[in-house]
Amino acid sequence: MIEAQGLTKRYGATVAVDNLSFEVKPGKVTGFLGPNGAGKSTTMRMILGLDTPTSGDVRIDGQRYRDLHQPLTKIGALLDAKWVHPNRSARAHLAWMAASNKLPKSSVDKALEMVGLTSVANKRAGAYSLGMSQRLGIAGALLGDPEVLLFDEPVNGLDPEGILWIRNFMHRLASEGRTVLVSSHLLSEMAQTAEELIVIGRGKLIAQSSTQEFVDRASGTTIKVRSPQLDQLAGVLNQQQLVTRIEDVDKQGKALFVEGDLTTDQIGEAAAAHGIVLHELTLQRGSLEQAFMQMTGDSVQYHAHDELAHVGDVRLDAPSNVEVVSGPKEDN
Amino acid sequence: MSLITVERIKLFSTRSPWWCMIIAAVLSIGLAALATGFATGPDEARVTPAMTQFGVGLGQMVIMVMAALAVTTEYRFGTIRTSFQAVPQRAALLLNKTVVVATLAAVVGLAASWGSWAVGNLLAPSADMAINTNAEWRLMFGQAFVYALSAIFAIAVGILIRQSAGAIAILILWPLLVESLLPLIPKIGDDLQKWTPFTNANQFLNGEQDMGLAGAEAAGASTALSPWWALAYFAAWGIGLLIIALAAASKRDA
Repeated sequence: MIEAQGLTKRYGATVAVDNLSFEVKPGKVTGFLGPNGAGKSTTMRMILGLDTPTSGDVRIDGQRYRDLHQPLTKIGALLDAKWVHPNRSARAHLAWMAASNKLPKSSVDKALEMVGLTSVANKRAGAYSLGMSQRLGIAGALLGDPEVLLFDEPVNGLDPEGILWIRNFMHRLASEGRTVLVSSHLLSEMAQTAEELIVIGRGKLIAQSSTQEFVDRASGTTIKVRSPQLDQLAGVLNQQQLVTRIEDVDKQGKALFVEGDLTTDQIGEAAAAHGIVLHELTLQRGSLEQAFMQMTGDSVQYHAHDELAHVGDVRLDAPSNVEVVSGPKEDN
Repeated sequence: MSLITVERIKLFSTRSPWWCMIIAAVLSIGLAALATGFATGPDEARVTPAMTQFGVGLGQMVIMVMAALAVTTEYRFGTIRTSFQAVPQRAALLLNKTVVVATLAAVVGLAASWGSWAVGNLLAPSADMAINTNAEWRLMFGQAFVYALSAIFAIAVGILIRQSAGAIAILILWPLLVESLLPLIPKIGDDLQKWTPFTNANQFLNGEQDMGLAGAEAAGASTALSPWWALAYFAAWGIGLLIIALAAASKRDA
């Protein structure tokens, strides 16, 4: 188990990680989610004892990383696939890592086999494609057969085949009962791999929950209703002071999207009570993307001055009587 | 022991250390061939063992480059982070690297000194090339100490600078320019030079040495210390710098 307590990292005036506390539960894939520059990599480097926290600390099974002996047998990590000497062979790279933790020579062959690099193990690592480098990095992480694994943006820049491979690999690791912490800014990726989520923005913890809970809580649910008497239905629902909007959906007519605490049951009953015909009544779950934008909207560090500017920190920091002029006004 | 293995694998699994070692040996022995081969006729008899050793100092520079690169390439390619991740006890890891590189440097130093002497022996057969004074024994075996300590010095600089070009520039300019230009400073220049590290390393090797044909000036500046104390002084520089470097590496972010 990884436990962070009030983890803080300052670089001069910049606060990269701000009083971050979380725990990574054993035997699950936990997604470490945040926009670029949110402090994910810094946090991971602190977990691995590479960077020293300004204050707070992070422990692996109650121990600081720096106090671990033969850490590769406890926690394996891939932070950057490029951290390999380009003129050294994959086998030599893994061989020195194995020697450093007193692992048997056979562990090198086993790790190479596991990631499918056996046939190119004696080639210089500099000639590897990104996908192969990533596999080599994963082989390094798995070398000591650790219980805990850390991956920083493992699918970044990979082609679809590579992404699929990594995704299946994560599932396999999780099914073996290992603890996996994997960072990403790709939310759809996390929805497919992570059971738990730790969401950060601007170095601060935004949420820690199960992926499902996060989506539910952050974006709520939307109910889609199609009906030939939409205006009438909208009137009824408006009377109950619910947030509604009407959108074109298809050629047959319009659909109504109801956001709020209503259930499909209540809408169906309201429609029946007023004799309104319904063609469709469905519950639509919010996507992880929506949830993420909603939760981290204030935390994106570098905004483009586009339609998102109004939810960002630009307006929050500005005096209340000054409007942001460069971004278009919101349309509601 | 396992950390020695780690650094041995790292060093020998890339090509640049091999090249540096070959260049160091070739430079040393090649210069010995030039210094003795052109001495003909009556000059040939005035060749001494010390005269074969000028190139060994050049090889020493190359070995310092190799030692610095052993550290700076790790920073350059990020493997230092993989290293610290595998062995969080950073000082222990870097110390083992130092042991491996310094040992190798000592071996190359011996190969360079005796190889140069052998070439001199071959090219100046009528000269008295026997190693029979204390000073000559000190010179021939002393290259091992000087090479090893230079490597320690270079590793320390490499750890502190973390960048190949910068570290190599310092390691080349310091002994070649800074130490030799110090006497230009009026009044205190000469005294300053007496307490610089590489001038003392030179004092250890060339102090009380018979330079023969090359003339006494070839021995370079002498210092206030006797040869063995000069070596101790040079060692103090290398080890002192290494301690500072290890402390810095343990403290700062990788």
